[in-house]
Amino acid sequence: MNLFEGITDYLLVMKKTFTRPVKFKTMVQQIVHEMYYLGVESLPIVCFLSLFIGIVVMIQIAFQMESPLIPKYTAGFITRVVIIYEFSPTIMSMLLSGRVGSRIAAEIGTMKVTEQIDALEVMGINSASYLILPKIIAFVLIMPVIITFSIFCGLFGGYLITMITGEIPTSEYFYGLRAFFTSFEITYALIKSLFFGFIITSISGYYGYIVEGGALEVGKNSTKAMVQSSIFIIIFDVILTQIFLG
Amino acid sequence: MIKVKNLVKKFNDKVVLNNINTTFEPGKVNLVIGRSGSGKTVFMKCLLGLLTPEEGELFYGNKDFYSLSEKEQKNIRKEMGVVFQSGAIFDFLDVEGNVRFPLDMFSNMTQKEKIDRVNYCLEKVNLQGTNKLKSSELSGGMKKRLAIARSIALNPKYLFCDEPNSGLDPQNAVTIDELIYNLTHEFNTTTIVNTHDMNSVIKIGEKVIFLYEGHLWWEGSNENILKTDNKELIDFIFASSLAQKLLKTS
Repeated sequence: MNLFEGITDYLLVMKKTFTRPVKFKTMVQQIVHEMYYLGVESLPIVCFLSLFIGIVVMIQIAFQMESPLIPKYTAGFITRVVIIYEFSPTIMSMLLSGRVGSRIAAEIGTMKVTEQIDALEVMGINSASYLILPKIIAFVLIMPVIITFSIFCGLFGGYLITMITGEIPTSEYFYGLRAFFTSFEITYALIKSLFFGFIITSISGYYGYIVEGGALEVGKNSTKAMVQSSIFIIIFDVILTQIFLG
Repeated sequence: MIKVKNLVKKFNDKVVLNNINTTFEPGKVNLVIGRSGSGKTVFMKCLLGLLTPEEGELFYGNKDFYSLSEKEQKNIRKEMGVVFQSGAIFDFLDVEGNVRFPLDMFSNMTQKEKIDRVNYCLEKVNLQGTNKLKSSELSGGMKKRLAIARSIALNPKYLFCDEPNSGLDPQNAVTIDELIYNLTHEFNTTTIVNTHDMNSVIKIGEKVIFLYEGHLWWEGSNENILKTDNKELIDFIFASSLAQKLLKTS
């Protein structure tokens, strides 16, 4: 499949996905269910990774800041910028594409090869809309929450290391976190998270939906879902950064 | 009634179904038999509208299925019950959830009515009391019976079963056959069963069609299938060593 065919195919699946559900009540239940499984269940690993990345970023910056001309609060300032602008929305989304994306692709792909999707279709249910749409809506809604947790844990990680090593005074770190802060930074991170949430779920849903064959193809498409999601996250990161900050 | 006229299905240049003409009547168990790769599953998928044939017409009652709008096709699909070869049990739902699924999607029943209907369907297939079991906790035979229970939840006019006996022991296979036969006569459904199980043919095949290399090679009933002189059909029926021994002794 070439790139053009792939994009056309993706758009056709999305066209089928974004249609009126058979029952709104059922879809709302599915959305709540998916918010838990895709979002809430991701929180422990997101918080764990963010905490340690916050610690590492802070150690790295403190290590580089040997010049007395650079104010100590710069460490807090840079940690904040790194975490809010790039790590939490972008890198964390790429990590989530591995956890959430491969899960979605494998789940839908397995349903395809075990004829469960055919069973939905012959009942008169639009399988793409029934399976993919609730996942997209749920994850797009929960993504800002996940990223907010990630930001908080990352910054908390930086605070922990200032407490443990004492290399940067805690008061300086907090001053750095607040220095030149505008609420747009958070808005920017959350807007990116919405886009990335859509990219992860729609691409993974697509790769699950087009599986043909057996277990081997399910595995292959799960990997493709993760890789393609990561690539599109990076491409859209460039585009969004240019739009909002350029 | 389902009527098939001049149905042709190709995959690339390979003709899988070649000019199939037949009629399936209500209240009868119609069996489609043939070797693996003879086109049985493709034929059933064409009947279900999961595959679109290159040529031909398919009538559900007096409605030409392929010329209907997607919405009209969906309305006919709501009258279909399908048992897939693998069972196609929704593994994100328990036994009760699987049978209840079509009721949740397409009926306006109250919760109590739904539960009553689920229990009725489970009782019909001897799965009463298994409501809360997960699909992973079911045996192969139970999965097939659950698939049948789900397929009859909405009282379908048309029942399709793709190799319902495959992978089952002889006793379970007989149970499934009896179940399909009884449901067909009780609810006057138009039932189409893909099979290569000769026990099913003899026991429940009120109408049998034999597909051979994509052609409708023979058509008849279980009563006259053993009297046929059609060579390909005889080769198919008496392929097993047990059947050959019986043929020699008879």
